[in-house]
Amino acid sequence: MSEHEHEKQLRILQGPQGQNAAFKRRHDHGDHDDEPEDLTVHKHRLELAAVREKLKNKSGKQYWRTLEELSEDPHFTELLHREFPRHASEWDDSVDRRDFLKLMGASLALAGLAGCGRPDETHIVPYVKQPDGLVLGKPNFYATAMPFGADAVGVLVESHEGRPTKIEGNPDHPSSLGATSAIVQASILNLYDPDRSQTVLEGGEIRAWSRFLDVAQELATSVKATSGANFRILTGTVTSPTLAWQLKKLLTLYPQAKWHQWEPAVSDGAREGAKLAFGRVVNTVYVPAKADVILSLDADFLMSGPGHISYARQFARRRSPDGAKDSMTRLYVVEPTPTVTGSNADHKLPMRACDIELFARALAAKLGHGSAVSLPAEVEKWLAAAASDLEKARGSSLVIAGEQQSSAVHALAHAINAALGNTGTTLYYTEPVEAEPANQLDSLRDLCADMDAGKVDLLLILGGNPAYDAPHDFDFVSKLKKVHTAVHLSPYFDETSAYCQWHVSESHYLESWSDARAHDGTASIIQPLISPLYYTKSAHDIAAAFSDKPGLPPYEAVRGYWTEAAAKLAFTVESGWRKWLNDGVVTGTKFAPIAPALKFDPASLPAFSSVPPEQVEYLFRPDPTIYDGRFANNGWLQELPKPVTKLTWDNAALVSPRFAQKKDFAHKVMARGGEHGQIRTAVVDIALNGSKVTAATWTLPGQAENTVVLHLGYGRTRAGYTGTNKGFNAYMVRTSKTLWSALGGEITATGDDYPLACTQYHFNVEARQILANASLDEYKKNPRFAHEGFEEPQKDNSLYQAFTYPGHAWGMAIDLNKCNGCNACVVACQSENNIAVVGKDQVLRAREMHWIRIDRYYINTPSSTDGHHAGDTTEYSPALDNPQTHFQPVPCMQCENAPCEQVCPVGATTHSAEGLNDMVYNRCIGTRYCSNNCPYKVRRFNFLRFQDWETPQFKLLRNPEVTVRSRGVMEKCTYCVQRINNRRIEAEKQNRPIRDGEIVTACEAVCPSEAIVFGDINDPNSKVAKLKAQQRNYAINAELNARPRTTYLAAVRNPNAELEKA
Amino acid sequence: MSVTQNMQVPREKEPWLEPGHTYASVTDKIASAVLTRPLGIGWLAGFALTFSIVMMLFGACAWLFTKGVGIWGINIPVGWGFAIVNFVWWIGIGHAGTLISAILFLLNQQWRTSINRFAEAMTLFAVACAGLFPLLHTGRPWMAYYMMPYPSTMGIWPQFRSPLIWDVFAVSTYGTVSLIFWFVGLLPDLATLRDRAKTKWQQVIFGMLSMGWRGSARHWRRYQVAYLLLAGLATPLVLSVHTVVSFDFAVGVVPGWHTTIFPPYFVAGAIYSGFAMVLTLAIPMRAAYGMEDFITRRHLEQMAKVMLATGLIVAYGYFIEFFLAFYSQNKFDFFMTEQRLHGPYRWFYYALILCNILTPQLLWIKKVRRNIAALFVISLVINTGMWLERFVIVVISLTRDFMPSAWGRYSATVWDYATFIGTLGLFTMLMFLFVRGLPAIAISEMRELVHQESHGSEGHQ
Repeated sequence: MSEHEHEKQLRILQGPQGQNAAFKRRHDHGDHDDEPEDLTVHKHRLELAAVREKLKNKSGKQYWRTLEELSEDPHFTELLHREFPRHASEWDDSVDRRDFLKLMGASLALAGLAGCGRPDETHIVPYVKQPDGLVLGKPNFYATAMPFGADAVGVLVESHEGRPTKIEGNPDHPSSLGATSAIVQASILNLYDPDRSQTVLEGGEIRAWSRFLDVAQELATSVKATSGANFRILTGTVTSPTLAWQLKKLLTLYPQAKWHQWEPAVSDGAREGAKLAFGRVVNTVYVPAKADVILSLDADFLMSGPGHISYARQFARRRSPDGAKDSMTRLYVVEPTPTVTGSNADHKLPMRACDIELFARALAAKLGHGSAVSLPAEVEKWLAAAASDLEKARGSSLVIAGEQQSSAVHALAHAINAALGNTGTTLYYTEPVEAEPANQLDSLRDLCADMDAGKVDLLLILGGNPAYDAPHDFDFVSKLKKVHTAVHLSPYFDETSAYCQWHVSESHYLESWSDARAHDGTASIIQPLISPLYYTKSAHDIAAAFSDKPGLPPYEAVRGYWTEAAAKLAFTVESGWRKWLNDGVVTGTKFAPIAPALKFDPASLPAFSSVPPEQVEYLFRPDPTIYDGRFANNGWLQELPKPVTKLTWDNAALVSPRFAQKKDFAHKVMARGGEHGQIRTAVVDIALNGSKVTAATWTLPGQAENTVVLHLGYGRTRAGYTGTNKGFNAYMVRTSKTLWSALGGEITATGDDYPLACTQYHFNVEARQILANASLDEYKKNPRFAHEGFEEPQKDNSLYQAFTYPGHAWGMAIDLNKCNGCNACVVACQSENNIAVVGKDQVLRAREMHWIRIDRYYINTPSSTDGHHAGDTTEYSPALDNPQTHFQPVPCMQCENAPCEQVCPVGATTHSAEGLNDMVYNRCIGTRYCSNNCPYKVRRFNFLRFQDWETPQFKLLRNPEVTVRSRGVMEKCTYCVQRINNRRIEAEKQNRPIRDGEIVTACEAVCPSEAIVFGDINDPNSKVAKLKAQQRNYAINAELNARPRTTYLAAVRNPNAELEKA
Repeated sequence: MSVTQNMQVPREKEPWLEPGHTYASVTDKIASAVLTRPLGIGWLAGFALTFSIVMMLFGACAWLFTKGVGIWGINIPVGWGFAIVNFVWWIGIGHAGTLISAILFLLNQQWRTSINRFAEAMTLFAVACAGLFPLLHTGRPWMAYYMMPYPSTMGIWPQFRSPLIWDVFAVSTYGTVSLIFWFVGLLPDLATLRDRAKTKWQQVIFGMLSMGWRGSARHWRRYQVAYLLLAGLATPLVLSVHTVVSFDFAVGVVPGWHTTIFPPYFVAGAIYSGFAMVLTLAIPMRAAYGMEDFITRRHLEQMAKVMLATGLIVAYGYFIEFFLAFYSQNKFDFFMTEQRLHGPYRWFYYALILCNILTPQLLWIKKVRRNIAALFVISLVINTGMWLERFVIVVISLTRDFMPSAWGRYSATVWDYATFIGTLGLFTMLMFLFVRGLPAIAISEMRELVHQESHGSEGHQ
């Protein structure tokens, strides 16, 4: 057997995992010259003459993987469908010697074909010669970026033997700064989602990509005849320069064709507001790091929107109460419904979204622009205080308008920032990040009109799901049916795919080449980490298929664009490419600030038509976890408690406590699951815009009066196993006129109730030493406030001899002043530690598995210590109208005097020499005594077999360094012990101590606001030891003498004394 | 007999055995239930019913082993539910038998004679039911042997600081000693049955079980020494088992668990519930098998007095828990007490007070103590009350402990009920088998009693 054949044989034995090693080799595409040699063994000989004949008939440049494919050999097609040769399925069974030899023979014969299944693999045996830089068992990290809306988050992806397992932030990337968000963390689960569509479909029938290419060229020829007058392209917001370049080339090929854009969860307000203010679309980049006073007009800038990770970090860095006088930012937030940003505000004013424009006008008037308006007295007072603060901080203040706010509010924000002299310091303007800024609502409206008029014969829908998320009144589906040929590129066979003739499965961003711009314009090359798991393609492939270069691989397209673009940069592609890939950013692409002239006078705005205060406003907002519905099938995000409501698996019509009381919308805490699981709430019919939707209500303290919030993204009918039929579909009542806010609806209780899975219902700390907080003044007066009023026990107060920690002593400090409750750590932990998703039914039974949870407390609200039933929203109290909100991440406390360790009968949770409470899963018999005895309730039990052990995709997903737990064992946070040990090994190899900051836990790494710090508390110079030495440092319920290693730095808010007086 | 009549001494107390019985009549009556009496329709129906409930228990266990403990209502924070409640309840019930046999024996309480045998049987069956739960409730029952101190090649031992390990030893020791004690006490009776057996099978089985008992003076001498020694051995166990069970809670940090009153309070509660269960069983049995002569009203009254006394100790325990929560001003304990009174499970607590404290006060009245129907109802009420007590301690304490964010609730599933009712069925089925398979009343001891009654001295040694 020649070496080559031997390699091939191994390749087959290795199965698909081996293919992933192709990463380093993927640059050399299409070199398949060595393949046909096996064909002689193959029964179906190729008719080379026929192939030549075929080739002659084809026009343009042909791309093909093998001669078989080209000849459309039916046997080959079948092989493609089965992915592996006919006998592959036998491999699962035990094989006797004879069968083994038979299969070996067959494999050998078919090796060439199997090897051709993927176009970009040339070598067959992985690791016979170890690739450079790859050590088996040691992960590699590659820089890439996740495109999302008008932003891209630079990431470093951990790859174990070719399979990406974990996403980390890229410190060199401006939208990441090393951190990521929950959505970015969870995006890796989408890669391995077994419900993804896996191939090209024509009317539901599987088709080869080559067939699609042929059809595309035929279609291209036919639309060429009309110069594209009957050709339309629909995309989301495009920040990929290459895709834009390709699409624009298409538009030059078909001059009459049109490119439409539709992004359901981002408003045109920012674009139109910029046009209003500057006469053109600009991109606004905020610099919260330089802002002393920030006013957010319904902007959730810490949690959503372009650049939010960077903003969260800059903001958190300015929240230290220990800096110089007045160095702590003050944040004012006006918002209709509590968001992460609002929950972190020093002053929050709940206000209907429709009133915010009036508020902005009043503020502009206060600063001398536009005419004064009258506001209710308490709002006026609030505004006056905020305005005077902003004015005092002239040049270092910042006003941010929300993504969902109107153009007028955005224009007013620009004007106010200009009036305050903030432009150029706390914010600056650049050219738009979007490749083609457009009013997307108009754009979609035009497309619908054209489709309706029968003007569209060919429609390419590149991503997105308009059949589900287009405004209800556009009736997109019926119009789509009038299109002769619609091609839908999408990762799932979703609501839209069902109405399109062609469905092309879309590659995940970790599977294909592309590029994208960050919020400040910096471009990144998106490099794939793994060859596509299925027969998937990217938007670049589709764009190329209809161009004059069909079959152009995305890699070539990206290289092609950057070759052109690099001419303007200091680099050439050849010299820069490797660096760009290595760094994750394309050098020198950050947009330079521009200074557009303000052409806007607030006085020029039309008279404000105010809405009577008793009128109910319905708001449409993207969901905080599954966004506009595109992540509906992501179990991590579905099970992630939404930051403020702590709901999972559902959306709900959010109402204020007073509204709920008035309408008699009850909450019932169910005995099964209780406050930590199951709440049944009233179901309502919401009749709005001539349509109706039935939703469960949720009473949310801090919500503006007469505001009902409907989160988008739920009620999917074709999302996949995880996401279908969860929650209600708010798009059903959302029309183009009321895209963000609707008035005049009817909300009526149906009399039914519905179980909602809420992981934390009780919101009061019950006067316990759990969440210490104070105002800045109080803190300055009494820095030890967190320790007062509570007993602190003697350290040696134990029956058992205390442990000594001669080496390292790992500890964690969590700064509650920095934590904004964004949930990124929860998903990061889930990804790092192979934590199972349990499903709604189990969350209802209070059995979710998150190792770190974010507790949310409302301070100064009635507690069950005062009354008997409070601590929830069933009893209205005025304090619930606008409570002060705090978040507290709770991982395992790794107690030195751990109650869990003492009670385990089999020693399955034991104390390590470095102070960790180690879980020995093999030893655990599941008495759950440790969990009962855990005062922090951080232990999680596998009540059933929660892990999916069968689905092969999930096997690829898992972190090989963390045990996958089976049923019947307890688990909990380990301080990422695998990371500790990795660094320890590295340090020992280099014969040096472990450096401070070298070990970074998953939650610490992901945290946008740097709230979590891990390290060695035995080292007085470590960052964590210094934090723990601060006076704000306290332990939860220290009086129990569990001596937790995880401690907290008390929260300090910076309220305005003028407003406090009231 | 004539002596007593002549002396005209008014009997202060009724006899422990109705008059007119001879050695033979006692033996006949008791042995007939095992040897001669045909299986009545009542017994058959009862056995069939309880047997089918046991099958349900098997079904519930099979499903449990297939799916995991997640089929129950437990969750985080309530990691222990029905399984542990039932465990403690059954162990408590298992206290009466050994207490009656051993402690009352040492204290020379004659009245124990007619009830000790089946009380001991009840103990064994209750301990068997109790013993099921710790095994069933583990997440990985096939690994439960990790709790045994066997010499593992890995050199790993159980974790001896854990009360659960103490439990393993306490319960298994108690079960073993109770079994031996019961069996030793049975020996003379088994020999009697062997001698009276008519069929071959009975002769073989009772012959083997009686271990060559011939009734010689030497046998009797050894027997009595062994019985006395075993009684001495069993006595501390009666106190230690529930003390150790209470440590499961008292050692924990959970408010509502962490209290030093638990050991005496648990032991008193155990005796309380044990006597209630003896009454619950004795009253129907004496009626069904015509044993009113042996288990007299006076016996029942005596047991009612024990219940009243232990019930008062339990009430004192509740009071002290309550008092200390206020007196200590420990906010967690205080809150827990407040939750018992006002929290979502307050009705359980009120029902508990009604069952365990208020209802037994009726036993102060002699008429009630001597009213068999009333005693039967009260015994059932106390059994329920003691189950509720364990529910209040185990579950309610866990629902709301230190972290309000993690507060939850518990509700049992159909599988919880199936397992609980299944063990009730198992217990009753074993009792059904026992009354027809072995002498439910100690024949030899009754014959002693005949002797004593006929000689008119109660405290005769």
